[in-house]
Amino acid sequence: MTKQISILIVDDEESVRDSLYSWFIEDRYRVECAENAKTALSMLESDTFDIILADLKMPGMDGLEMLRRIKAIRKESIVIVMTAFATVDTAVQALKDGAFDYVTKPFDPDDLSHLIRNAAKLITLADENEVLKEKVVMLENVEDLVGNSEAMQKVLRQVESVAQSNSSVIITGESGTGKELIAKAIHSNSPRKFFPLVSVHCGALTESLLESELFGHEKGAFTGAMYHRKGRFEMADSGTIFLDEIATISTKMQIELLRVLETKKFIRVGGNKEITSDFRVICATNKDLKSMVEKGTFREDLFYRLNVVNIHIPPLRERVGDIPLLVEYFIKKYCTSMNKPPIIIDPAALRRLEEFSFPGNVRELENMVERAIVIGNGKKIHLRDLPLEKSLIDSSAESLDDHEKNHIFQILTKYDWNITRAAKALQIDRVTLYNKIRKYELKSAEEK
Amino acid sequence: MNQQQITLISFGYFRKDILEVIADAVKHQFLLPVIFREGHLDLSEFYDPARRQYNGNRMLKQVDAEFASDASKTLGLFSVDLFIPILTYIFGQAALNGRTGIASLYRLSNGRYGIEPDDKLLLERFTKEVIHELGHTFGLMHCIIPSCVMRSSTYVEDIDQKEQHLCLRCREEYKISP
Repeated sequence: MTKQISILIVDDEESVRDSLYSWFIEDRYRVECAENAKTALSMLESDTFDIILADLKMPGMDGLEMLRRIKAIRKESIVIVMTAFATVDTAVQALKDGAFDYVTKPFDPDDLSHLIRNAAKLITLADENEVLKEKVVMLENVEDLVGNSEAMQKVLRQVESVAQSNSSVIITGESGTGKELIAKAIHSNSPRKFFPLVSVHCGALTESLLESELFGHEKGAFTGAMYHRKGRFEMADSGTIFLDEIATISTKMQIELLRVLETKKFIRVGGNKEITSDFRVICATNKDLKSMVEKGTFREDLFYRLNVVNIHIPPLRERVGDIPLLVEYFIKKYCTSMNKPPIIIDPAALRRLEEFSFPGNVRELENMVERAIVIGNGKKIHLRDLPLEKSLIDSSAESLDDHEKNHIFQILTKYDWNITRAAKALQIDRVTLYNKIRKYELKSAEEK
Repeated sequence: MNQQQITLISFGYFRKDILEVIADAVKHQFLLPVIFREGHLDLSEFYDPARRQYNGNRMLKQVDAEFASDASKTLGLFSVDLFIPILTYIFGQAALNGRTGIASLYRLSNGRYGIEPDDKLLLERFTKEVIHELGHTFGLMHCIIPSCVMRSSTYVEDIDQKEQHLCLRCREEYKISP
């Protein structure tokens, strides 16, 4: 037995309590007794029991009522109802209400032994299942979020601290920085982790489609609605809903969304029944929602409702130090999935990657590495395998000043904002570099 | 260890040679002197006419009150059908870490199950039961080792699967028991 199973015996007859107590103690279980349902329920408030053996007929609250209350407090409790006066009705009712078994007193010693052993096996399996689930979640998190830089560590610390709460989160960051991965990490580390994480890409849906997607619809709600359909809010019950590209939703949807977030209640399209769902909201955007609020294109009340916690993911060019780690991670990931032996990257190629601006961020780097593995010689990634030449120039930067700003920023990041070393690399003096930093309002990750 | 001896008290008739075999085995396991006594109880007081069995809980209490002492572990030997309120029958029972236990050979006989009686097997089973209950009085709990005498037995053939002795772990525990 890996853990000591705890048993609570609830029976108004002292002799029954004593007999069962002695029997189970000898079998190395932790055993407590209660003489009525009221005492048992108050014991359950301060202690947890794996198995509860409850008599059906007790003065005051009976065993069935107690069973219902126990199940309401802790669904996974194993309750065995005992009775000296068995009837089919009470047996059916007990099992319907979630009893593990319904047994008639007195028991055959062998039956009792088997009953408890089966219940204990179920508990052990459930515990093992929890441990395995945690391991799966841990693997998902640890593997997907790669980064040793201070900026990334700060993000991970925020994820850790926000995961345990129920607060709404807005994840901001440029396209390709891994906002969905952060949402997954928050969900996977939260108490809601065993319930669904439902993702909705708001930008990909028209207003009416988004409405039906989020709230669901009843049969016949619109042409083609042949069956009723659950909405994403309903599907996310007890879990988390991830609304990606939240800035793209219409004003009408913003009002609807605000109402749902405040009440956690909604009505399916074409329906009239109010549905309640307990979900947590995580949003993501690559837009500046605050300035959208100032311009009046995003509702202020919704912004404040969503923006309880803001996690900003820095673009890859601001965490150049993570590039070698990410490259190593993607090489391992794709070599494994393509069934290829692990390969290495040529130092010159890695250097060029570190100098690249990556407008498409981590996603772009990942695609580059995947492509290089596919077209490469299978031993080493060379510079020629990387599509860097054309895109070395940041496509979003058009003016000479933009290029200068980007280049200075990359060099500063590369040398961890060591002004002397950065100035030397740029072949300018330190004062000039300070002036440029002021001019372009450049800030290190710590200053942001 | 406070108890310097084990007292076996027979309630009803038991053949002397049988008691001697049991005493030898008990002595060998617990390394304590074993003495015999005859005891007398009015068993009708413990008889439950509805179940046509004897209430083991009350008998244990009575044996403890009338025959046990702190200087000895006492085990009452019976030949009647025992029960406790929650179970249909028991082979015996004892106070965990207490001073008293009881055991009955009633349900240990093959004859009760429609099989050819086997006196040798009956004696083996009874000896194991006696050692098992005494083990509880020394604080030993049920053991998971299949051959250990402290393994729980819920039906009679279960008793045949185990040996007459304590396993190494239980022996170790016995030494450190109070």
